[in-house]
Amino acid sequence: MKARAFTYVRARSLEEAVTRFGEADGEASYISGGQSLVPALALRLQAPAVIIDLAGIATLRGVMLEDGALRIGALTRHADVLTHPLIGAHAPLLREAAPHVAHPAIRNRGTIGGNIALADPASEFPAMLLAIDARVEIFGPAGFRQVPADDYFLDLYQTAAEPGEIVTAILVPPAPPGTVIAMDELARRRGDYAMVGAGLQGRFSTDRTVEALRIAFFSVGATPVRAKGAETAVIGNALDAVAIAKAQRALDDDLDPMDDEEVPAAMRRHLARVLLGRLLQRMRDKT
Amino acid sequence: MTAPVPVSLIVNGTEVSRLVAPRTTLADFLRFDLELTGTHTGCEMGACGACLVMMDGEAVHACLVFAVQAVGSRIETVEGLAERGAIADLQAAFHVRNALQCGFCTPGMLVTAHALLERVDEVPSREEIRDALSGNYCRCTGYEAIVDAVTAAAQTRCCGGARPADALQDEGVQP
Ligand SMILES: Cc1cc2nc3c(=O)[nH]c(=O)nc-3n(C[C@H](O)[C@H](O)[C@H](O)COP(=O)(O)OP(=O)(O)OC[C@H]3O[C@@H](n4cnc5c(N)ncnc54)[C@H](O)[C@@H]3O)c2cc1C
Ligand code: FES
Ligand code: FES
Repeated sequence: MKARAFTYVRARSLEEAVTRFGEADGEASYISGGQSLVPALALRLQAPAVIIDLAGIATLRGVMLEDGALRIGALTRHADVLTHPLIGAHAPLLREAAPHVAHPAIRNRGTIGGNIALADPASEFPAMLLAIDARVEIFGPAGFRQVPADDYFLDLYQTAAEPGEIVTAILVPPAPPGTVIAMDELARRRGDYAMVGAGLQGRFSTDRTVEALRIAFFSVGATPVRAKGAETAVIGNALDAVAIAKAQRALDDDLDPMDDEEVPAAMRRHLARVLLGRLLQRMRDKT
Repeated sequence: MTAPVPVSLIVNGTEVSRLVAPRTTLADFLRFDLELTGTHTGCEMGACGACLVMMDGEAVHACLVFAVQAVGSRIETVEGLAERGAIADLQAAFHVRNALQCGFCTPGMLVTAHALLERVDEVPSREEIRDALSGNYCRCTGYEAIVDAVTAAAQTRCCGGARPADALQDEGVQP
């Protein structure tokens, strides 16, 4: 199938992109890597009259340390997340997740900004942003603003960004020394969307008790989900079998997975428990 | 203004300029405007991998790029890779290992395998090869022979460049 005919605009600045979007009267879409938008156009799930390409906007590029935060430009591709030394050093959980995002050729075009803007609940990076306490920088007609990841993902494909606003960067507090991470997903085939997945970032004190921990799941509901009960169950404790079992039980209240024909809710709950157990053990083994 | 727009890019080393409708994918541009039909289209939504080409040195799905987005870029199709001999070893290994039947998926498989072997300095494990090929569908052959072929090509590439099929056969690699 083919996309409906559209007008193509190559924006040179954020201001130009937002203006052109406004002029299109609700009939426009931005495009970054196109790895989700082009299939949606081919299937006629979307048929905008105007497509505004963000790829030429220089300010959306680059990965740098700025004002004590790691700034990952929206056009940073999944393939760059895998290899960029600053991301490896300061946001290792993103690097850990990147090989699970689609297939190599899709990672060569797909961008982290497009991925976060789309906010697919089965996608890896949105949950990782929760686990690393990142902020999303957004540009719109009123200028720039920042939204903590905890407040950014609102509902199925719905985010705090309004139509016409552009995700410009992900801002990450650099992982402090001694940070321990774990990430994995249960998928039927490598590169497929996961049945359940999770990312964890934390710190242990010298007596090996859990000092800090953030746990975020994906593919368990309309948005990525913090497992706050499970976090509370282990913070301040050693990661022994008792604490891990307690965290697994807490997931019953943390998660409210959907039922679908492929994966019933009860199975997702089970898989989430299994995955959390493995990931906590993996963290313990690293300390 | 959904009218055709000018598109200039370098395809297999030659600069080409055409007027194309914005909705034309790079895959259709290559196949219909340039008659480079080695780039196949199956699903046209990023799932099957038949349409892979090299874009500025990296494998991408030509069905997931609009030709207008590729303005100024350097595209190499399976024809280009074959003509300059870059994948002669892979082609030979696919032949020797019986890694294709109808051949529909083969251009995409070759591009993926080529991109993988350009990226790694050692012979990749079967698991790494499977991971790299995870976005390529083959309806005929099953993947075992394809992984065999990529492994064989990797083994010869790593030890001093590509070698033709008869060299593979001399080493006891049976068709
Ligand atoms: C076969 C296949 C498998 C995949 N598997 C996975 C997977 O396992 N995990 C996963 O996470 N993803 C997967 N994806 C999706 C892929 O990762 C996409 O690249 C990504 O989600 C979207 O990024 P993009 O840059 O391509 O965005 P685009 O496709 O260009 O855009 C996506 C959406 O976001 C909007 N948009 C884009 N950029 C911005 C911006 N900066 N600001 C505001 N809005 C913007 C667009 O208008 C569009 O609605 C898969 C895709 C395919 C085709
Ligand atoms: S035709 Fe491009 S991936 Fe199937
Ligand atoms: S050889 Fe026929 S699809 Fe692969």
